[in-house]
Amino acid sequence: MEIVAVNQISPDQVILWSWSFITINVTIIYTWLVMAILVIGSWLVTRNLSTGINVSRWQHFLEVVISTIRGEIGEMTKKGVDDYVPLIGTLFLFICLSNVMAIIPGYVPPTASLMTTAALAICVFIAVPFYGISRNGVLHYLKEYFQPNFIFFPFHVMGEISRTLALTVRLFGNIMSHEKVIGILLSVTPLVFPVIMQALGLLIGVIQAYIFAILSMVYIASATSAQEESHKAEVSEGITA
Amino acid sequence: MDKLSLVAVASIVIAGLTMAIGSLGPSLGQGKAIQQALSAIAQQPDERNSLTRTLFVGLAMIESIAIYCFVISMIVIFANPFWGYFVKAGG
Repeated sequence: MEIVAVNQISPDQVILWSWSFITINVTIIYTWLVMAILVIGSWLVTRNLSTGINVSRWQHFLEVVISTIRGEIGEMTKKGVDDYVPLIGTLFLFICLSNVMAIIPGYVPPTASLMTTAALAICVFIAVPFYGISRNGVLHYLKEYFQPNFIFFPFHVMGEISRTLALTVRLFGNIMSHEKVIGILLSVTPLVFPVIMQALGLLIGVIQAYIFAILSMVYIASATSAQEESHKAEVSEGITA
Repeated sequence: MDKLSLVAVASIVIAGLTMAIGSLGPSLGQGKAIQQALSAIAQQPDERNSLTRTLFVGLAMIESIAIYCFVISMIVIFANPFWGYFVKAGG
């Protein structure tokens, strides 16, 4: 069962339904599917949480997931872990589930489309100044762009844009290349090798989800903690002076 | 050779060259990074977690260069803008 042909670079090109300017393509359908699984699944589990000894096994599962995410974030940033868990955890779970479900026949990962990954990267692009300003204030955030002096302002801006582009293209390229490799292998050696590549694709999908989450956490932490240090340095200078 | 086959030949050759040259540097870089990380883990096994995390982030950074080359070669083969132009012009 092949939904996206080998010569189509993105699942956006497979349009299922269109009415005037609204078009529903395969990417949107599968994005909704992943969203529905995440939302309905976590709603079903968290509907009756218990704090006693008898804890349901799905609650155990979600607790393990959340505490792992919290632990990873806690190693990157020192304080305010719970501020970052909603964004970073959602990014990780969404990307991870949409990559891992690629073993289901007939499913096309929405992350194999450049539009999905661009949307996720733009979320990070907006979240960086949001967390930076909410933690340190507008002035300290803007001041970071003029470090060490004003000549570096365009380089900081270029860095912000290029790392968003890098996040987008990295995830898209990895998942899309995996899809294409499977498609080409199916036409060359259809017996065993596609299975091995599918297994490798599971590993790649999880690692890419991890890397996306870790990199967005690194960007957010660099926007918040670097300013805290300079702020602290100024305060301590002020105290000694 | 007409214009259309020129575009096709140039696309295929360039796609192969892009992957060949573009994967050369990142693979050397990744090898060096993993080598250093392994020796660092061998010397300080306690720092394993942070070393592994930093290694993954660094590998992702290095790998993205190769991924750019891959995406460009895919665009050249599957979504070549000049191909459509010459097909339209040639009729």
